[in-house]
Amino acid sequence: MLLERLRAGDEQAFAALVSEHDGALRRVARSLVRTQALADDVVQETWVSVIRGLDGFEGRSSLRTWIFRILVNRARTRGAREARSVPFSSLTSEEEPAVDPSAFARDGRWASAPARLDADPESGLLSAELRAHLLQAVDQLSPDQRAVITLRDLVGVPAEEVCEMLDLSEGNQRVLLHRARARVRAALTPLVGVTG
Amino acid sequence: MRLPWRRHHKHDPLVCREFVELVTDYLDGTLPESERVRFEAHLAECDGCAGYLEDMRRLVGSLHEVPEPPPDEATREALLSAFRDLRG
Repeated sequence: MLLERLRAGDEQAFAALVSEHDGALRRVARSLVRTQALADDVVQETWVSVIRGLDGFEGRSSLRTWIFRILVNRARTRGAREARSVPFSSLTSEEEPAVDPSAFARDGRWASAPARLDADPESGLLSAELRAHLLQAVDQLSPDQRAVITLRDLVGVPAEEVCEMLDLSEGNQRVLLHRARARVRAALTPLVGVTG
Repeated sequence: MRLPWRRHHKHDPLVCREFVELVTDYLDGTLPESERVRFEAHLAECDGCAGYLEDMRRLVGSLHEVPEPPPDEATREALLSAFRDLRG
């Protein structure tokens, strides 16, 4: 059992834990604070807290969720004076449609066929050119949208666990992810040339 | 279980403007059954929305394929050393 090995001071177990989560932690930290240097600090502090806190971890959440919650709390504390760190509570009750309303005719149908994103036929993914712009597009989102899309889509954490990590309701998580993806799509669309 | 078309009649048919707002829930499998039926009915008859959904699938798949930042070996060594000091 990983947790027992960690508590017993098994260095290999800890090295494996770092390998598994460090990249994702750094990615998420970068979405929460304004500078790379601060993100690096936050990740390092997180790991030290993990090492110190192993005995107190009660297993109410998964080990991963626990580690990411430490990271999020650290980032919020450290970034409290940073412009990039915005409280998550100030949530989007305003209507922000996924697609510019002018794309639709009066009856709610597409005014003209929406622009398609270039795809790479072999992989079934976006074209390499568009993929090269993805992180830049994510970086331009609001902090709360950026944190959610980073965890859900870049790291691949399930919705329920993201809610736990970020202290979000299920509904808010869905809205943030939805807006984030729509904005990333919109950011990529000019790169393929808008039709119509 | 009522016939799907009967339940269907209680709603206006879905239009594209609504479709795009349901895409995330659809991909997450969290649309209620009646909404999913309307969503898929519209999907079957609208090329614009089918393309939009396919692009969103590709977008999400592509985000997941963005490579992780490379490991920072110096930091990793420092962490292992901290682990030895604190737990050894």
